[in-house]
Amino acid sequence: MSDHKTMTLTLIVWRQKNANDPGKFETYTAKNITEHHSFLEMLDCVNEDLIHAGKDPIVFDHDCREGICGMCSQVINGAPHGGQERTTVCQLHMRKFKDGDTIYIEPWRARAFPIVCDLIVDRSALDKIIQAGGYTSCHTGGVADGNAILIPKTVADESMDAAECIGCGACVAGCPNGAAMLFTGAKVSQLALLPQGKGEAVSRVKNMTEAMTACGFGNCTNHYECMAACPKGINVKFIARMNREFLKAQFA
Amino acid sequence: MQLTSSSIGRKILMAITGQAMVLFVVVHLLGNSSIFGWLNGGINAYAEHLHSLPLPIIIGVRLILLAIVCVHIWFGIQLTIENRGGRPQQYAVKSTQKATFASENMIWTGSLLAIFIVYHLLQFTFQVINPETAALKNLVPLHSEMVPNVQGMVVAAFKNFFVSFIYVGAMVTLFLHLSHGIQSFFQTMGWSNDKSQPLIIRLGTLVALGLFLGYVTIPLTIFAGILKG
Repeated sequence: MSDHKTMTLTLIVWRQKNANDPGKFETYTAKNITEHHSFLEMLDCVNEDLIHAGKDPIVFDHDCREGICGMCSQVINGAPHGGQERTTVCQLHMRKFKDGDTIYIEPWRARAFPIVCDLIVDRSALDKIIQAGGYTSCHTGGVADGNAILIPKTVADESMDAAECIGCGACVAGCPNGAAMLFTGAKVSQLALLPQGKGEAVSRVKNMTEAMTACGFGNCTNHYECMAACPKGINVKFIARMNREFLKAQFA
Repeated sequence: MQLTSSSIGRKILMAITGQAMVLFVVVHLLGNSSIFGWLNGGINAYAEHLHSLPLPIIIGVRLILLAIVCVHIWFGIQLTIENRGGRPQQYAVKSTQKATFASENMIWTGSLLAIFIVYHLLQFTFQVINPETAALKNLVPLHSEMVPNVQGMVVAAFKNFFVSFIYVGAMVTLFLHLSHGIQSFFQTMGWSNDKSQPLIIRLGTLVALGLFLGYVTIPLTIFAGILKG
């Protein structure tokens, strides 16, 4: 550690005991942070200091810390996941910041994501959208031959691009309307592209978009902030595809 | 049909009514441009041609346009109110990466345009703002008949600095509204993908810019004294 130059940062963090607490910003100092710390490790350091001082640590979501689970969810200086392209908070490193920086850390803010505590929000609304149609119904039985249904590589690739969504909710957090169109668009498209998903395409798009509205998400106004916020680079073409699926479903 | 109740359905209604109005402003500009004389008899002949259409067609078109405007305004307000509630608490730091001034202010540019349309209709359709220059009261000869002097009315109006200024301001507003609106239509209808979208955004802005330039040419050339009554 002593070989590295360290930085001292001022953190302005949203603290909120529970959903009913109005919540407020608290200011903390992060000391002895190197450029090799990830953002979450930096918070770990701050929390350790807080615990030693007998204070409540900052509560935040995290799990894999390798950018694939979609648990970490912080809006850093107004940008979900910190605004670095295709990067989750856990993969954001402190080399992106300078000594003496002031960093605002806030939870995802959307009506459909009530705050549980500090930086943790309840993202089960996304699960409700999946439950409404983000699946294919199939008979179980013997393992099917892998090549029984031929799918062109380009189609499989396109479906995989949509399937890259890790359901972190950054699209909702970035959207000024708190809409979940990029998430739902990715999930609808992922299945709509494949032959296995076409059977339930009509009911899927109707039910999933209905669940989206029922969960309290806003409507899309094509700002494309979702695409900028997405750590997996999900393209808004999947929203266009969902709109197309929706229109087709009206005439089916 | 979930068109009037669902999230995407209402978006599609906004897109179709919006695009219908874009087509209207394109045709309207082509008609207005007859003031520069490419049509034999100029804008007076164009106006006379429109008004000589059968009355049911004129009334029908006006009612359809009114219905389109009403649907666009109704769902525009409804969706904006809903969307304001989508994120009840704003972030302490605002940092937008893709959203533009135009995309964030559609409700305000739209409201200004609605007010302008009322003023514009009172001025040039119902001709109640400057009754002394009203085309319907000042007939001029054209091809051996007497027709309303639209050219005279328009030139008299735009010679006034404030009339021209309001008009140019309204066209700036229209440019902002359409620079987001035209590309949005294609995205909402699902007629775009990652390859076409950047092109659609650029073309949409270009069309909006073309409309802006086309429309402001009329008051500017009149105010500068190039185009005369």
